[in-house]
Amino acid sequence: MAMAWVWTIMVALSLVFGLCTGRIEAVGTAALQGAEAAVELCLSMAGIICLWTGVMEIMSRCGLTEKLAKCFRPLLRRLLPRASGDTETLAAVSANLSANLLGLGNAATPLGIRAARRMARGTEGIASDELCRLVVLNTASIQLLPTTVAGVRAACGCAAPFDILPAVWLSSVLSVTAGLLMARLLGRLWRT
Amino acid sequence: MDLSSLIVPVLLAATAVYALSKKVDVYGALTAGAGEGLSVTVRILPALVGLLAAVYMFRASGAMDWFAQLLAPVLEVLGIPPETAALLLVRPVSGSGALAVGSDLIKTYGPDSYLGRVAAVMLGSTETTFYTIAVYFGAAGITKTRYTIPAALTADLAGFMAAAFSVRLFFGT
Repeated sequence: MAMAWVWTIMVALSLVFGLCTGRIEAVGTAALQGAEAAVELCLSMAGIICLWTGVMEIMSRCGLTEKLAKCFRPLLRRLLPRASGDTETLAAVSANLSANLLGLGNAATPLGIRAARRMARGTEGIASDELCRLVVLNTASIQLLPTTVAGVRAACGCAAPFDILPAVWLSSVLSVTAGLLMARLLGRLWRT
Repeated sequence: MDLSSLIVPVLLAATAVYALSKKVDVYGALTAGAGEGLSVTVRILPALVGLLAAVYMFRASGAMDWFAQLLAPVLEVLGIPPETAALLLVRPVSGSGALAVGSDLIKTYGPDSYLGRVAAVMLGSTETTFYTIAVYFGAAGITKTRYTIPAALTADLAGFMAAAFSVRLFFGT
């Protein structure tokens, strides 16, 4: 529903601003141009997205996801000490993280949900500190190869669409760290 | 030679060789995954049509400039270019909406411009926060989310600031 509001407000404001600035004619043309641009964009980035989801599928089939998951366990034991006591939750969380890293959103979400459900047991609808941390981890993007964005850049005529990778990794790390630090800080202040 | 030009060929070849050594049907997996990618593209198309129409209208009417100007002083303090104001507002709410606004920025300013790169890094290093929170807590039956939303939005804001900073760091303005 949130998007219904966003869309309506944007269109209504465009009408009001268009009338005020005398650019209403351009606003009408722009709506049609926007729709056309959307189809063009989708078509031109479809190839690169398909190629990379294909590569990700190979990675997950040859056991790379599980390998990554194993690397995470020591880290997760520190981040989510109570949840890690349960081997099945630990397995779900580490698989969730490695799927996120590989950009397999469709695989990551069900795994994360399984972990979240196990962690929510007996909490009577109140999120525990560890569950908050798990969700914050999932709301911050940790994808190693942002393939959709690379697709957009390639569609706009970029010769090296992945040249932003170091910048993306640095921002992701800073963003996740900030989120987890804030969670830790608020967790101390926000006693249930 | 630029190191980033190695990423694509090395990743493709290394994945294929490793997977084949594990007796994975490399080509079958590739095409199966590509099919899934196609359905992703098809799924975002309707949303992209609706949103880009609205974004183009919003920009043509002058409303975008007005909002960017309104937010500019705050964003400048944080080191975020004010042209990305709309992207910041949409990003936590809608994935396809952010993709539409972001790709519009990349297209308008060029993929290799400072702004184009910042928009791309912002898209690549943040997530659709509210959607994720709704899905996880909904599935787990949590009604009291405590401090999750402020913490997750802090991560988003840090991501936006870091995007502007890291593009300056690696590419200059």
